[in-house]
Amino acid sequence: MKNLPLLFCGIFFALAFSFVGLILTSHIQLGSLTQTTETLVPSDDDPTKMVVVEGDPLYPSQSVGLAQQGKLEYISLGCMYCHSQQIRRADFGADIDRGWGPRQSVARDYIMQDRVLLGTMRTGPDLTHLGGRYAGDAGRDWNHLHLYNPQIVSKGSTMPPFAFLYETRKIENNVSKDALVFPPGSEYGPEEGYEVIPTRRAVALVEYLLSLKINYSLPEAVIPE
Amino acid sequence: MMPKSYNYNPYSSPSDAVKAELSEIDASIRSAAIFFVISAIGWLMLGTIFALLAAVKSHSPDFAGAYEFLTFGRVRSAHLNSMALGWASNIIFAVGLWIMARLCRAPIQHKGILLIAGIFWNIGLTVGVFGILGGDMTSVEWLEIPRYATPLLAFSYTLIGVWGVIAFRFRKGDHVYVSQWYILAALFWFPWLYVVAQVMIIWFPVRGVVQSVTNWWFAHNVLGLWFTPMALATAYYLIPKVLGRPIYSYYLSVLGFWSLAIFYNWAGIHHLIGGPIPVWLISAGIVASVMMVIPVIVVGINHHMSILGMHKQVWRSPTLRFVVFGAISYTLVSLIGSSMALRTVNEITHFTHFTVGHAHHGVYAFFTMIMFGGVYYMMPRLLKCEWPSAGLIKIHFWGCAIGITIMVVALQVGGWIQGMEMKNAEIPFLEIVQNTIPWLKARSVSGIFLTAGHCAFALNLFWMLFAAGALRAKEGPTLLVNKEKVNSIV
Repeated sequence: MKNLPLLFCGIFFALAFSFVGLILTSHIQLGSLTQTTETLVPSDDDPTKMVVVEGDPLYPSQSVGLAQQGKLEYISLGCMYCHSQQIRRADFGADIDRGWGPRQSVARDYIMQDRVLLGTMRTGPDLTHLGGRYAGDAGRDWNHLHLYNPQIVSKGSTMPPFAFLYETRKIENNVSKDALVFPPGSEYGPEEGYEVIPTRRAVALVEYLLSLKINYSLPEAVIPE
Repeated sequence: MMPKSYNYNPYSSPSDAVKAELSEIDASIRSAAIFFVISAIGWLMLGTIFALLAAVKSHSPDFAGAYEFLTFGRVRSAHLNSMALGWASNIIFAVGLWIMARLCRAPIQHKGILLIAGIFWNIGLTVGVFGILGGDMTSVEWLEIPRYATPLLAFSYTLIGVWGVIAFRFRKGDHVYVSQWYILAALFWFPWLYVVAQVMIIWFPVRGVVQSVTNWWFAHNVLGLWFTPMALATAYYLIPKVLGRPIYSYYLSVLGFWSLAIFYNWAGIHHLIGGPIPVWLISAGIVASVMMVIPVIVVGINHHMSILGMHKQVWRSPTLRFVVFGAISYTLVSLIGSSMALRTVNEITHFTHFTVGHAHHGVYAFFTMIMFGGVYYMMPRLLKCEWPSAGLIKIHFWGCAIGITIMVVALQVGGWIQGMEMKNAEIPFLEIVQNTIPWLKARSVSGIFLTAGHCAFALNLFWMLFAAGALRAKEGPTLLVNKEKVNSIV
């Protein structure tokens, strides 16, 4: 080949084409998505335009405090390399049939996240709706035991233990209220006279996991009745 | 039938003048290239250790489970970055720049700066990989290196890449070879991809899933626009060089290059099929992935026709044995990749070990094997001595060939079963996890073969480096059959 200007232009435009086509165009389409209410109503000024319902809560909501810190742990430990955070539509894969979420995930679900962790691997189950599947104090206890050593509540799992996020210490006077409650006779429990306490990092991580839930509809993705 | 120009002697060239010129070019890049090769092998060995740890942990989670820095998520990311930026990129700098300099017939100027840039690249990478293990990783696939190390990487890369462009600028002669197109394009594409991805995901994150789109545009193009062009350039350079006859068709080379340039960089979106992004984006990714059949078939035909009738020579040459293994893998892995982008197939293979097998099929069986071939050709010319042991080369080849075959088969069969089972909500998830364990154990076994291959490679190379004087006296190049047999063929 002797036509060098053509070679240079070709090299440049090949990548420029996909950069504009994939990155800039999707940014134009999705970059201005905002929070919205679960349903929309026609605007008073222009009935052809749909607007948010005044006074209704806006979704997706911003995650706060401890859960945000927990997300940093999730990132630092590389949880997303085995756990996805995206629900595919009902007739594509069995995500919804498995109870991983009540509806498919859409682009708007992720707009409040400063780092999006969709994931591409399901060595473990999807976590988009983990907080909906394991709710409340029971869910909290389950997740702590599961993180400390997955074998306690999920025998045969290949998830690694995260016992280094917990502290085993001698019981002074009374058992701490934060101590993990092991099933009776569990081989993974601490020795007699010791208790297992979650560190701040473990507490934050579990709060983050419990905060993961799709408990709201969006105009473009309604939770079926 | 044997073309007249065919000769086993690596120093043979038609004229003494050309020989002297090549020798001067080799001398100009010697120190930098040897530095990059040693760094690459260092990262290859380290990456192999990380890989073995991650592989064993994936079926025996309690193995070294008490150490936070060795938890699966971190050690697999340390593995990926050691291999992608440590092994692959260092070996590209060595082999790619050397081929560029030789084809441009231009000695490398100011080689000291190139060497310093290389040192900074490896310092940045060391900081980055320790950062990952220490807990600072970003959890953005293929961009795990923490942000305090990435500017140094981008800066030193630019310096290194500019050296290739400078060599091209001062080239002699009119003709620009196929290998030069690929190398020039890759040197230009990679920094663009890397900087855009860093800026749009890490430094000034764009909103929502546009991050994911950018992420897979980048990550797939590391393979498509950085590793693949460099490996193809190496194959295009070495096949005619060793066999002493030109590439089959110039026009197929042109078609192969431009169709790769146009289609490959749209294909990455197939990693998000079924995901929360607009369907038109996914469709564009699928179309581009399927269109990749064109460059793959074209390059496959071109390479195949170039070696047609010379299979014995291919088998005998350490360089070509690796390169042809890689070239055949390129055809296979790319055709599998195109079919994985189809929605019906992807519904099963997505989120499973099938994809992991596919990634290793591409980066290892194709790219890495060709680069091994490149090192086998380049080092004797840089050091002016021969490979000390044909036995070690054979262990290297068979360890890697058997190892990667076991790995790809195990992960793809196991991954397909995993995908079929995940699609059936009746099967409990934990049961699916358990069913993958035998396949993951097979992967650990494959790791033993690969490790043996890598050790043989490293041993042979360091033997060569530190005993170069002693090896100079040897007669003729190291081939993979005995001398008498070669003589009878020649």
